[in-house]
Amino acid sequence: MMILPLFVVIPLGGAFLLSLIGKLDKRINDALANIATFSLLVLSVFAIRYPLAGKVLVYKVGGWKPPIGICMVLDGLTSFMLVTTNLVSCLVAIYSISYMERYTDKYRFYTLFLLMLAGMNGVIVTGDLFNLFVFLEIASVASYALVAFGTEAEELEASFKYTIMSSVASSFILLGIALLYSFSSTLNMADMAWVLAQRNSSLLLYFVAVLFIMGFGLKAAIVPFHAWLPDAHPSAPASISAMLSGVVIKVLGVYTLIRIFFNLFPINKTSLSVLMFLGTVSILAGVILALSQWDFKRLLAYHSISQIGYIILGIGLGTPLGITGALFHLFNHSVFKSLLFLNSGAVVYALGTRNLQEMGGLKERMPLTANTSLVASMSISGIPPFNGFWSKLWIILACMQSGRILYAFWAVIGSILTLASFMKVQKYAFWGKLKKQWESVKEVPWPMQLAMLVLAVICILSGFLVAPFFSAFIDSAVKVILSGQGYAHTVFKMLR
Amino acid sequence: MENKKEPGMTLIVKTITRLTVGLILLYGIYIVLHGHLTPGGGFAGGVIIALSFVHLMLAFGRETALKKLSQTKASILESLGALMFLSVALLGFLGGFFFFNFFAQKGTPFDLFSAGIIPLCNIAICLKVGAGLFAIFVALILFKNLKKKE
Repeated sequence: MMILPLFVVIPLGGAFLLSLIGKLDKRINDALANIATFSLLVLSVFAIRYPLAGKVLVYKVGGWKPPIGICMVLDGLTSFMLVTTNLVSCLVAIYSISYMERYTDKYRFYTLFLLMLAGMNGVIVTGDLFNLFVFLEIASVASYALVAFGTEAEELEASFKYTIMSSVASSFILLGIALLYSFSSTLNMADMAWVLAQRNSSLLLYFVAVLFIMGFGLKAAIVPFHAWLPDAHPSAPASISAMLSGVVIKVLGVYTLIRIFFNLFPINKTSLSVLMFLGTVSILAGVILALSQWDFKRLLAYHSISQIGYIILGIGLGTPLGITGALFHLFNHSVFKSLLFLNSGAVVYALGTRNLQEMGGLKERMPLTANTSLVASMSISGIPPFNGFWSKLWIILACMQSGRILYAFWAVIGSILTLASFMKVQKYAFWGKLKKQWESVKEVPWPMQLAMLVLAVICILSGFLVAPFFSAFIDSAVKVILSGQGYAHTVFKMLR
Repeated sequence: MENKKEPGMTLIVKTITRLTVGLILLYGIYIVLHGHLTPGGGFAGGVIIALSFVHLMLAFGRETALKKLSQTKASILESLGALMFLSVALLGFLGGFFFFNFFAQKGTPFDLFSAGIIPLCNIAICLKVGAGLFAIFVALILFKNLKKKE
């Protein structure tokens, strides 16, 4: 019961302690940040056992009873997202130990990093709609600063663009929340779901749904709202790009969309089909734009748009199979995309360039980076034994099952184009002949290698997540989503 | 005219500032401490307290204000405020809940010392907001000066 607030307290406390004592010694920075992220990972893995046993934890903050007070909820979906977020952030923190040596003010980096993590964990854990907005802003504001961390012209421009667009999205979300509050006179999500189900509110719900698709869709970078992502994600330091592409867009965009469209609103076929359409457009637009890129990190950023499209498509289908596939792909994508960004960071660390045409033959000099990036590339393009294959297969099968053959077709096309684009990456960066100027290049230091290696192993192993024995983890999350307004019933049952 | 090199504004402004700056600071402290009784609270009070330092800086120049509260001190105070808020919240675990108001049985209206942890939280917020706002102001001023030198 006591563990729920710790997901917010640990990173917040770590962040402010670091800003206070981080200047004293560099080793304190690394140790404190890594202890914080590692303990969060341990806690989130520990928390899995509650949803597996069919229990839902509800925590009353300050002892005030909801709907008056704020509550925190731990159910299957929450625990699934917590594990995903904290797994990636723990490995990214290990990676940053040596990667961030190249930048000044490392303690500021860790402070912002932990603040962003606190915001994300808060978004996942909270059961109150306005509280969700507050945490969303904490995470977003920290990420604006992190995108601009290098303070070069390009980074500042990207950060400015990101700030403006994301603030517009936040104001749409705030307007939506305000309208919902004025209609239902409550902000607690369970209570609001209850009120919305009882009163006829379809006109308001359509309007608010549009606002939320705009707002959260921009945070998730679904296609008409994606323009900020290809600038912001490559400009950040590689460990932050890994966090942004790996978890931030999923927690701030996809998770909130799922929570609101399934558990808060009565399930609505129209908004789901809008999501499905936008998802498919994202798959194709993202991958086509990625094909012509020569900048390593920019290419990966476009692929994030495309892979988010798969997740949104699976969610939009609304069938059990589709949602399982979507959540599975969410986990897989956060693993292999953060691995790919860490690989690109390693290449930049060793070579100092992001241009694919200038690389070549790095396999000889940087074997671990090359091999892990091969694993990640095969995962993202859906080659059979790796995790990406299974999740894409699940989504495509779900499309076929519900009779959406055309969507399945476009998803397959998207996957093939992804393969093409990653063959280009492998060929130009890691295979081929070693260029003369890179002959003295060395493999990166061990913390970076360790993070990449662990992520590559997870890429291979997490294919088993839908295998009979392990599937309980995802199934408990899927059950929460499919139960729809049953979420409100379980929360109120726990409070009584 | 002979003290033209002295930083800051004219004698009139300085005299008025000398008279008012303490009052502004006091008013800010009043707003913070009465946060649970009257409109205002940690955020509003913190802004007023920061404004008293900004006022000092505008009238007397950068050095005088920074002598009273330097940039490093401001950032330390800011972190301390946040940590204090968090530890007050954590102390709520004594009563069984995060953020539990652990030493107030039942507040009496219009009584200053009856709200348990709420004044403590207000003070913490005031430190965070006041020091943060002042640090932002100083950062803007320093940045402007750097640009001029180039």
